[in-house]
Amino acid sequence: MEVLLAILIGSLYAAGLYMVMRRSLVKMIIGLAFLSYAVNLTIFTVGQITRGKPPLIPEGQALPTEPFADPLPQALVLTAIVIGFGLQAFAIVLIKRTYQSVGSDDIDQLEKAASHD
Amino acid sequence: MRKWLIALLPLALTFYFASFIPAIAGGETSTATIEWIPSLDIQLSFYIDGLSLLMALIISGIGTLIIIYGGEYLAKDERLPHFYILTLLFMSAMLGVVLARNLIALFIFWELTSITSFLLIGFKHEYEKARKAALQALLVTGSGGLALLAGLVLLGLVGGSFDIPTLFQEAKSIQKDSLYLPILVLVLAGAFTKSAQMPFHFWLPGAMEAPTPVSAYLHSATMVKAGVYLLARFTPILGGTPEWHTLVIGFGSATMLLAAYIALQQTDLKRILAFSTVSALGTLVFLLGVGTPLAIKGAVIFLVSHSLYKGGLFLVAGSIDHETGTRDVNLLGNLRQSMPFTFVGAILATGSMAGIPPLVGFIAKEVVYEATLEESAALLLTGVAVLTNMLTVAAAVLLVIRPFINKAGELPKSPHETPLSMWLGPILLGILGLAAGVFAPAFGANFVEAAINGITQKPKTLHLALWHGWNTMLMLSMITVAGGVIIYIVLENLLPLMHRLRFNDVLSPATAYQKMLDGLLKVADAQTRLLQHGYLRRYVLVIVISTASLVGYTLVTLTDLASIQFEASTSVRVYEGLLFFLIMVAIGVGIRAKSRIAAVATLGVVGNGVALIFLFYGAPDLAMTQFAVETLTVLLFVLAVYRLPLIKEYSGKRVRIRDGLVAASFGIIMTALILMVISSALPSNLTNFFAEYSLPKGKGRNIVNVILVDFRGFDTLAEITVLAVAALGVYALLKWPTNDEKHANPTATQELDQL
Repeated sequence: MEVLLAILIGSLYAAGLYMVMRRSLVKMIIGLAFLSYAVNLTIFTVGQITRGKPPLIPEGQALPTEPFADPLPQALVLTAIVIGFGLQAFAIVLIKRTYQSVGSDDIDQLEKAASHD
Repeated sequence: MRKWLIALLPLALTFYFASFIPAIAGGETSTATIEWIPSLDIQLSFYIDGLSLLMALIISGIGTLIIIYGGEYLAKDERLPHFYILTLLFMSAMLGVVLARNLIALFIFWELTSITSFLLIGFKHEYEKARKAALQALLVTGSGGLALLAGLVLLGLVGGSFDIPTLFQEAKSIQKDSLYLPILVLVLAGAFTKSAQMPFHFWLPGAMEAPTPVSAYLHSATMVKAGVYLLARFTPILGGTPEWHTLVIGFGSATMLLAAYIALQQTDLKRILAFSTVSALGTLVFLLGVGTPLAIKGAVIFLVSHSLYKGGLFLVAGSIDHETGTRDVNLLGNLRQSMPFTFVGAILATGSMAGIPPLVGFIAKEVVYEATLEESAALLLTGVAVLTNMLTVAAAVLLVIRPFINKAGELPKSPHETPLSMWLGPILLGILGLAAGVFAPAFGANFVEAAINGITQKPKTLHLALWHGWNTMLMLSMITVAGGVIIYIVLENLLPLMHRLRFNDVLSPATAYQKMLDGLLKVADAQTRLLQHGYLRRYVLVIVISTASLVGYTLVTLTDLASIQFEASTSVRVYEGLLFFLIMVAIGVGIRAKSRIAAVATLGVVGNGVALIFLFYGAPDLAMTQFAVETLTVLLFVLAVYRLPLIKEYSGKRVRIRDGLVAASFGIIMTALILMVISSALPSNLTNFFAEYSLPKGKGRNIVNVILVDFRGFDTLAEITVLAVAALGVYALLKWPTNDEKHANPTATQELDQL
């Protein structure tokens, strides 16, 4: 599975970067989202994956039953997902406003619009 | 009144340093150390020997007179307080240079003098000329300073210490080191730019844009002597080698002769003095290059005599400018009647400059001739010295006759004698020059001897006298004075010829400097345009290409790609394989999507797919968060971009292929990296720590949650803060009216302001 995941992550990086380099604002935002999935999955995968064993301590035990998934990358990724969402939401609203003001979703039009003001 | 009070500070310093005279003249030295960066062998340490003491006395003594004089000279200038502050600041820095015992401390003070000099040259900053001259001086001395820093660091490494007296002991091994020549060249570059040696001299005449008291102090008596001081200080470390002799004598003799020649062609009083200062600095450098005990003796006496007479002459020039409104020697005249005290000061100073007995300048000239006569190339060296001095005598004669004795032209103002505070300086400096000559034995025993010993580091007793009897040196002196007077008499007839030779244009690297500066700005401009073009995607492109090539290169050359193990990989179940396939398809569709809804849909598929991967591999918390976030994102997207047009592809095919190749190569590298990391995974100690302490310390059975709210609680707090800020931003963006709305409904902005 790791090999498939590695290929998936690579594809996400490639697709994300390609879209970030587009002039269309919508594409750029989707590219950013792809990049953040890629990063999250990288951390998750590199921290070694364990199928179906969440890091939970059963009732009546002091330690989780071995083997269990590594909780640390999970905690890091959780933070990253939430922050990523904040960024995403702000970026989406920003392009909406940009489109309203500039009348185009072409990034290259932004500078021209700014110099008109 | 205020100027007298402020002058008490440098005066007190002068007395403080004077109190060292008996001990230092007796051969002692004094040290004070403050630890600064002990791990790097850098101390803020100070050292007083004969050489430092002499310089410190010149700096604080002349500083006192300059403060008094400047207070009057700039009395009507509203920026007079700036003058006081900057001048005192400069004085501290300059004292630091001559007293520093540590190479790095010396360099810091050295740069501080450059900066204060920059501010003082640009004192009248409303004039473009002053700003340009200030920048020029800073760039020239600053680049020399960089060279000096490199030289000092190398010197410290080769000599094994940054402590100057310690380096005196290491001189032999330093001079044998293969780095000796680079050190010498770098240190000389610093000294020559600071002390205005050709071809770096052009900043000094430019620096005459500064108020005259500043020119007198920085650009004649003290700062420009820092380079000379440096050469003197390093004589026992770097001096005495053939390289030293060749370079230092070469630059020094060329500078002293050519600058004296150029000085005679000037008509502005200050420019005459500036070029004559360059010539004097050349003489000092030349003498240190010769480096025999006699030459060093000549250098020390000439240094003192020059500081006294040139400082005085600059003050005289300032007074003339102040009273008549012009500095043009062809216009000025007859000032001996209207400005008698200034005239006396001028006579004493020019007399010393021309080397007339019993002034100290006479002794200096005698010793210089004595030193050149005993060299192997006596004829050449003495010839250069005599010729330079003849030209200097001519300049001195000119400086007396033109402004004070000749008939005056139409002056902008009718001159009167200056107040006490302005003629005190020239008179006092003149009297000191006279006293040093008349009481030569005492001057020699108290000041010169210790300074010479400080330079040579070989203690010797010195006997200094005004009168040496009828000998070759006296004959040369008489020839010099006579030659100088003759040059002055025929100067009027010589000038057209001198101008026609256009020697000055060839000699002036100011044009080259200007071209270099313009070129530098052009390169900077082009480079900025190339790199800072403002296109986000090109920044991304450059960053990705650089990262991919660096990481890719390392991957291919330094690691063994065959070490990747696929066997350890977990098996793939059917539903996982299907999920992988689905996400890959969604990515492909997303890249090519033309409609917004399709694009958003692919985003949803990929996001939820990732959430499922989390779910399959023991991370239900992640999965739940990802599901929630994904739903919200898609909703927001649909709401926000509902009205946007179809997604257009603005770039051409070639650009798309280029971007695609770059992005794909980066993706491949990431895949390879992840596979490598997985193959050689290291066990995590943290995992066991969290598993063990989650329940007893964190009171929770869900370890991920415990990490988030307990072990890494502050991170989570910051994360919430980020979210809150983002939420505020989203709210403000949604509520803020667009330009059209503002026109239609002006209250909308007010409503928002009231929030």
